[in-house]
Amino acid sequence: MLHAELALRLGTLALDLTLEVAEGEVVALLGPNGAGKTTALRAVAGLVPLDGGRIVLDGRVLDDPDTGTWVPPDERSVGVVFQDHLLFPRLTALDNVAFGLRARGARKADARARAAAWLDRVGLGTQAGARPRALSGGQSQRVALARALATEPRLLLLDEPLAALDVQARAHVRAELRRHLASFAGARLLVTHDPVDAMVLADRLVVVEAGRVTQQGTATEVTRHPRSPYVAELVGINLLAGTAAGERVVRLDGGAELTMADPLPAATVAVTVRPRAVALHRRRPEGSPRNAWEATVADVEADRDRVRVALDGPVPVTAEVTPAAVAELGLVPGTAVWASVKAVDLTAHEC
Amino acid sequence: MRMPRSRRAGSGSVLAVALVLATLACGGDDAGPAAAGDATTARDDGGGGGPLTGDLTVLAAASLTDAFADVEAAFEEANPGVGVEVSYDGSSALRDQILAGAPADVFASASGSVMDEVVDAGAVAGEPTPFATNLLEIAVPAGNPAGVEGLDAFGDEDLLVGLCAEEVPCGRFGREALANAGVTPAPDTDEPDVRSLLDKVASGEIDAGLVYRTDVLSAGDDVEGIGIPDDVNVEATYPIAALEGGEDREAAAAFVSFVAGDEGRAVLASYGFGPP
Amino acid sequence: MTARRRVPTARTPWPLLPLAGLGVAFVAVPFVALLQQAPWSDLGRLLTEPLVTDALRISLTSAAAATGVVLVLGIPLAWVLARTRFPGRSVVRALVTLPMVLPPVVGGAALLYAFGRTGLVGGPVYDATGFLLPFSLRGVVVANAFVALPFLVITVESGLRAMDPRYEEAAATLGAGRWTTFRRVTLPMTTPSIVAGALLAWARALGEFGATVTFAGNLQGRTQTMPLAVFLARESDRGAAIALSLVLVAVSLLVLLPLRDRWLGA
Repeated sequence: MLHAELALRLGTLALDLTLEVAEGEVVALLGPNGAGKTTALRAVAGLVPLDGGRIVLDGRVLDDPDTGTWVPPDERSVGVVFQDHLLFPRLTALDNVAFGLRARGARKADARARAAAWLDRVGLGTQAGARPRALSGGQSQRVALARALATEPRLLLLDEPLAALDVQARAHVRAELRRHLASFAGARLLVTHDPVDAMVLADRLVVVEAGRVTQQGTATEVTRHPRSPYVAELVGINLLAGTAAGERVVRLDGGAELTMADPLPAATVAVTVRPRAVALHRRRPEGSPRNAWEATVADVEADRDRVRVALDGPVPVTAEVTPAAVAELGLVPGTAVWASVKAVDLTAHEC
Repeated sequence: MRMPRSRRAGSGSVLAVALVLATLACGGDDAGPAAAGDATTARDDGGGGGPLTGDLTVLAAASLTDAFADVEAAFEEANPGVGVEVSYDGSSALRDQILAGAPADVFASASGSVMDEVVDAGAVAGEPTPFATNLLEIAVPAGNPAGVEGLDAFGDEDLLVGLCAEEVPCGRFGREALANAGVTPAPDTDEPDVRSLLDKVASGEIDAGLVYRTDVLSAGDDVEGIGIPDDVNVEATYPIAALEGGEDREAAAAFVSFVAGDEGRAVLASYGFGPP
Repeated sequence: MTARRRVPTARTPWPLLPLAGLGVAFVAVPFVALLQQAPWSDLGRLLTEPLVTDALRISLTSAAAATGVVLVLGIPLAWVLARTRFPGRSVVRALVTLPMVLPPVVGGAALLYAFGRTGLVGGPVYDATGFLLPFSLRGVVVANAFVALPFLVITVESGLRAMDPRYEEAAATLGAGRWTTFRRVTLPMTTPSIVAGALLAWARALGEFGATVTFAGNLQGRTQTMPLAVFLARESDRGAAIALSLVLVAVSLLVLLPLRDRWLGA
């Protein structure tokens, strides 16, 4: 369990945030570039000292400027997967994974054997002898992950784990990363600027803007109640999990079916839809939308010129409409409405 | 007209090859100046006759450094129309420069055999004139910390001693003197020139060095001299000659007689040189 | 796969070619001239003389030893200059560069004043233990190392600066202490610059003359290196001098030619 109160100044950035990651939890630090999320991660890893606050991991104080406590990074039991992976170019994949084990005193043969097992677990057993430059982006990310996990750290940090990948690889690698992360029992903290990454990979989001936390909560909470323009515009999107039930049909966990415009990328998918793409009607709508369903208003929250309407029902999403629409439809919690969304406004991500 | 790129590359390497071929064709014989030279008669009077003019380049052995500075000044005073520039180096290095065609008027050597080589190559106008002698002397650091007494020191393994390298005149003469005294040399260093040997003695890095008497005098208080018995000592004779490659023959001849004559000898004597 | 494509050579801007050609000629012509002067018929006899074999042995031994000294002292120094910040760092860097700009004879004299029998450090050491650096092979190694050090430090420092320091951070997060990180991450990644720097240092040491003769003296079989032998041979036997020079050139080529591009660069 990580408890971090981070106060530090680096250049023009003033970081002042508190975050906690429970054992077994995946938390995403999400925010625009320059918000300080990577700095926060580096502070937890011990690569940057705090000016104030403290970092406690599983009861052990790692950094506390007030008492003068400082544990250097090599003694922290914190594993890091870096943005561009940073695999040691002159070592093979196997020796990269074995590096941490040998650094902590394991003998060469023993370390290599355990490293080989880890490479198998991430599906790269055949690439053990390959040099990093021969690996694809997705492969090197898996090696970096295995390398960090091999030392069995108490906390796993991932810095923009998908940033170094091209667009085609991202979705696929993200789905795989989700599976690998699920097999690690400790606390996991990842940093990203991509909301879909955060929503797919994490249990809880912590939104950081200009060095401060502006909102935290689950994806659903954040989407329903965005607290800042950044969250409203970029973070608060709907994410629904489902399985393929046809070339373009997704069956959601609740049983409802959505029709997509494009063929599905995989058997298990996450469907995203922007709140403003969800239209609300008094009656069942006619016209082009392929997807329409009857829902109940769960919550209504106004923010400047927009209102977020959280919907319960077969497709649990949040819609964004104008105050005039709210008034016209008479939307209050409990009201029955019809919701629709066009197939072209739905995006399916491999999951 | 645009040439294809490969042709342009070719022209660059053709240039390089042409340069190489041209150099090889030139040959590398030691080009000596024409042997036919005027026989100039040396004047005996110092500055008599019509006023001399010209610019003289004099190449002088390194051991003449301090002495020739005075000689240069004295000659220029006696002959205001003449400018003298002296260049100092090891006698063999000067020989090489002359034979390679360096434009010089006078050569003052510390070694007769080196002068002979220059004569044989036809670079000397007339005959060389001996103008000074130099004797060897043992140099020790001020205070003689190692208690050196004579040439025996140069065979002593326990002392740090230095000679000049055999390839330079001072080294040849030094070994001759040691042979005369029946001492087998055991030097710790054979310095390439006498000045660097003297420096090492003056700083106390070595206990004794076999140098010229003039060097001991020039080092002042840093160095003491221990004389060598005349029967084993070796006398170096310094010859001076005007060169074929020079332009101001009259001035060169005047300089030679000045140096070899009374005025020159007086200056040289004050630095420790002996008469020729 | 398709048939082999002709790989186009780099498109060279046109002014560079003749200039490069001139550069090659500038270096090549003196060598050609040297070869032309060589006493080819005497070469065999000259090369087996003790003068030559002694000088070669001493040169190669001292250059190798000096390179070793320079690696041991220079790599840590380069690391400190590249990776740490401390007041006076630019002064240290200037000091390290000094032997490169000092005339070698001045450097040798300075070494003497420092480590000679009457030197600042050498004096007390000699009085206490009788240990002497000048007039021995040790002295040659010291003089060579002195002039060669800056070449290695500057090359390795720039190699370290070019290396992404985040690799060292990654190693730390994996549990590697500072020494382990240096050994297993930093050194392997800066190998090309170390090789290049060591070569420069070795070449400089091999050709060193002024500092060596001033500090260590000159004695055939003990401290007379090849450059010294060449210099003295010119006094009496030009043919021998050229033969010795050619041996030096041949030895250097023997070391430089087998160098692969990849050890120096990629």
